[in-house]
Amino acid sequence: MTTQTRPPTVILDPTDEREPIRRELATRPEHVSGTIGLLDISKPRGNVLLDRLEVRIRERMPNVDVRRYRKPTFAKPAPEDLRQRIAQECSFVIEALAD
Amino acid sequence: MATGTMTLPRFRLDDREGTSLAFPTGRPALLCFVHEECETCNLSMPLIERAHRAFGAGVDVWAIGQDEEGNAKLVERHALTLPMLDDSELRVSFAYGFDTVPTIILADGEGAQLRRFVGFGRDDWRDLFAELARLAGVKAPRVDWKSYPDSRPGCGSRSVEPGIYERLVAESEGSPLRARRIEIAPHDDAVEFMYDQGLTDGLPVVPPTPERVLRMLRGTRRDAQEVVAVVPPNLAPVTVEKVAINAVMAGCRPEYLPVVIAAVEAMCTDEFNIHGVSATTMGAAPVVIVNGPIRQRIGLNMRLGAMGAGYRANASIGRAIRLVLRNVGGGKPGGTERSTLGNAMKYTQCFAEWEERSPWAPLHVERGFAPADSVVTLFASTGESLMVDQTSRSAHQLAGSFGLRLEASHHPKGHGSGDIFVVVSPEHVDTLWRDRYTKDDLRRRIQEVTSRPARALLQDEESGAGLPRALVPEAGLDGLVPKFRSADNIHIAVAGSEAGKFSMILDGWASGATGSMPTSRRIEEVS
Repeated sequence: MTTQTRPPTVILDPTDEREPIRRELATRPEHVSGTIGLLDISKPRGNVLLDRLEVRIRERMPNVDVRRYRKPTFAKPAPEDLRQRIAQECSFVIEALAD
Repeated sequence: MATGTMTLPRFRLDDREGTSLAFPTGRPALLCFVHEECETCNLSMPLIERAHRAFGAGVDVWAIGQDEEGNAKLVERHALTLPMLDDSELRVSFAYGFDTVPTIILADGEGAQLRRFVGFGRDDWRDLFAELARLAGVKAPRVDWKSYPDSRPGCGSRSVEPGIYERLVAESEGSPLRARRIEIAPHDDAVEFMYDQGLTDGLPVVPPTPERVLRMLRGTRRDAQEVVAVVPPNLAPVTVEKVAINAVMAGCRPEYLPVVIAAVEAMCTDEFNIHGVSATTMGAAPVVIVNGPIRQRIGLNMRLGAMGAGYRANASIGRAIRLVLRNVGGGKPGGTERSTLGNAMKYTQCFAEWEERSPWAPLHVERGFAPADSVVTLFASTGESLMVDQTSRSAHQLAGSFGLRLEASHHPKGHGSGDIFVVVSPEHVDTLWRDRYTKDDLRRRIQEVTSRPARALLQDEESGAGLPRALVPEAGLDGLVPKFRSADNIHIAVAGSEAGKFSMILDGWASGATGSMPTSRRIEEVS
């Protein structure tokens, strides 16, 4: 009988070896100002929700600008240029899911 | 006998007293690699010992044994007094690159090889003794050479035994492996560990040890560090090595690896859109269809139960790409994988087309490849369901029957649909081909039979699913709308057993440029 200690099993990492980055939430400002972007992901009736939201926002925050955006398809991530445009033009963004 | 001026690898090994000896020594050295279980080594041992006693004053004569217990037996059996070095880890044997013991190497004081032979050769030994005598400046001892045989072949070196060789390659400096190594404690269960780390699809996986991954990599000629694709949703580059690791985990054999690599390439294209396929609440999964000569070579099932369980190539190839998606791409249920219900194809679904049983051009040829190409095609499917028709006797009848069945895909009122995949069974093919129905005839008939006036597809009291009034096509309420946007959206392959008038429908997902398009890639020819 062998008295040797069993060596540890070594396996190779099957992942991309990137620890997931924990993203901190952006600090919430006390007052809403500037531009709010409303992003329609192109799912049916997402625009219905956003239309209603836009009316409410304009009523309650007359000094805030509202801009509308739309993803070409809900089935794929937003294209890079759209993400860039929203980031440049808006202080806030509200994305509407739907169905 | 091989001679040369090559410089031998330096090494340091312990003798039986634990003294560390380093090569080269500054003096000529005779390195004798031996293994106790080898008869030819045992035949040679008295001569090796004799060389030590006769020439030891001028030449270092070492036996280098391949296992610790065996070394002790050799020392006892042959009453050895020479240094017996322990190479039970086989690193030196591996570094010296021989596959046979005994291997006898004479080196000069700087470690340059003067001569080398393997096995036993009486003339080799006689010449060696003469040279040792010259080097040591002593007379060669008298040896009864006639008592030795002319020659004897050696035995396999332990360093080339399966399993051991791969470990040595993996541990060597030239190892193609770059992936992070994870040590699992001796008393931990590797399979449980991998569950705990979230690395499995819910079933046990084969631990991807360096040895197994190296064996897997032999299935391809591609460089282990070549990037195969960028895997959504994390957009992580995946190398051949990472594909191989996940292929090991899935249970693949090395010869399946080229199929897995091609399938990963296809899966990660923008046209296939695996991000959307995974993320959709509809629950789509990539189905892998294989065509061409590789089917036979790797034993992919295309006959009885082709789409079911029980065949290693089918089961593990489909699973491997899912593991790549999960482990490399980070696509996990509850994360970006968000099916409402999911389906069993999210574990695996891979089958081959039975081209030889089909009168039609096979899938890959229709898609522009040569018949002799091996090709993988990926189809994003939301579900499999059966087409049952045991009674249609003419092609016209059966094709119409296919149409009615396909109309139910997703929802009978959901017309203008995208892609669908039909796996036609041999008995159904026979009925269609009896009347010389081509694939295009079948497609045309499906569109014909399912064409309904828009009026019949409207949302109504009976079904809220259907055509909204606002979206009635230009042709108006009486205009005919076929089930599929185009006959080209109907994809067809042949598979299944000889018995059974059943075919399989693979429902599609959102199709076209904003959804997922069937995607094919050629498979690397390795043999």
